[in-house]
Amino acid sequence: MNRYYWILGAFAALVVLLSVGLGLNPREVPSPLVGKPAPAFSLNILDTPEKTMSPKDMQGKVWLLNVWSSWCVSCRAEHPVLVEFSKKVDVPLIGLNYKEVRGDGGFDMSKMPADEEKTLAFQRANKWLSDHGNPYKLTVMDLDGRVGIDYGVYGVPETYVIDKAGIIRMKHTGPISPEILGKKILPLLAELNK
Amino acid sequence: MILRILFFALFLTSTATFASSATEAALAEDPVAEKRLQKLSEELRCLVCQNQTIADSNAELAQDLRREVRTMIKDGKTDNEIVDFMVTRYGDFVLYRPPVKGITLLLWGGPIALLLIGLFALQRYLRQRAKRVNEAEHQLSTEDTRRAEALFKEISQK
Repeated sequence: MNRYYWILGAFAALVVLLSVGLGLNPREVPSPLVGKPAPAFSLNILDTPEKTMSPKDMQGKVWLLNVWSSWCVSCRAEHPVLVEFSKKVDVPLIGLNYKEVRGDGGFDMSKMPADEEKTLAFQRANKWLSDHGNPYKLTVMDLDGRVGIDYGVYGVPETYVIDKAGIIRMKHTGPISPEILGKKILPLLAELNK
Repeated sequence: MILRILFFALFLTSTATFASSATEAALAEDPVAEKRLQKLSEELRCLVCQNQTIADSNAELAQDLRREVRTMIKDGKTDNEIVDFMVTRYGDFVLYRPPVKGITLLLWGGPIALLLIGLFALQRYLRQRAKRVNEAEHQLSTEDTRRAEALFKEISQK
């Protein structure tokens, strides 16, 4: 009889292990950047291409950095949430447009000159925002994805919460659902803005 | 026959080669740097297709990361510096062979722990079994034998 308890116990342990393990999301990779200063960049602004923006400009403010692209399907899913957020909450939302043209996959980049890529990227980004609404205070253009690498971007959309001192306090990979916004992001913003 | 062997060899080499696109191949002038790139790429995980290294994967991100590694090699960075660059951005997860530390203890020690538990269970089982076999084979005491014989006699007399 004792023997069967052993087997039963081992089986129960396996069930617990699997139910926990399979419930985790393997795409959710913890970012080592949380708790570290937001990596510096200087990128052209979508609305005013002759000007650049850098995270230093946001010093003293709590802000959100949202990585998006017009070819990104999940971005479309989270977009209404962001538009709603920008109407209701007074926290600057900065867009980081990630590889607008070369990330699309539909272009032969070896045949496209740099200035043509730039023009096309700005056109596409502008069109997408006018079609779907613009929740962003401003959007900066990361044409080659180099800044994306510094931010550890691997699956657009991604969102970073950055505090007044310029430290990344949270990273969310994947579309923001109303639930994540309400339960995780808004409470954190309120706490950081105290 | 020779042709067939040749084809087979060709197949082997083609599956073993680096998943790099034509544009990348054009950049590969320095064979030493290329070898380092290949070696490093095999240690780094592609975060989009998580069960592939950035050497195997042709995902956008893997291409970007290979380009990044190549630039760093050209800039004279050491292998450690390059790996650190990746880890500060993507975390330990980017390493195909995770480092041994507190949080990865279960990962590295788990199989050994399971083996030990298995050996322990096996030993326990064998001991109990030996005990049971011994009990079954153990002869009855003389007193018990006499009682058993008396019972048999009683039955046969009826």
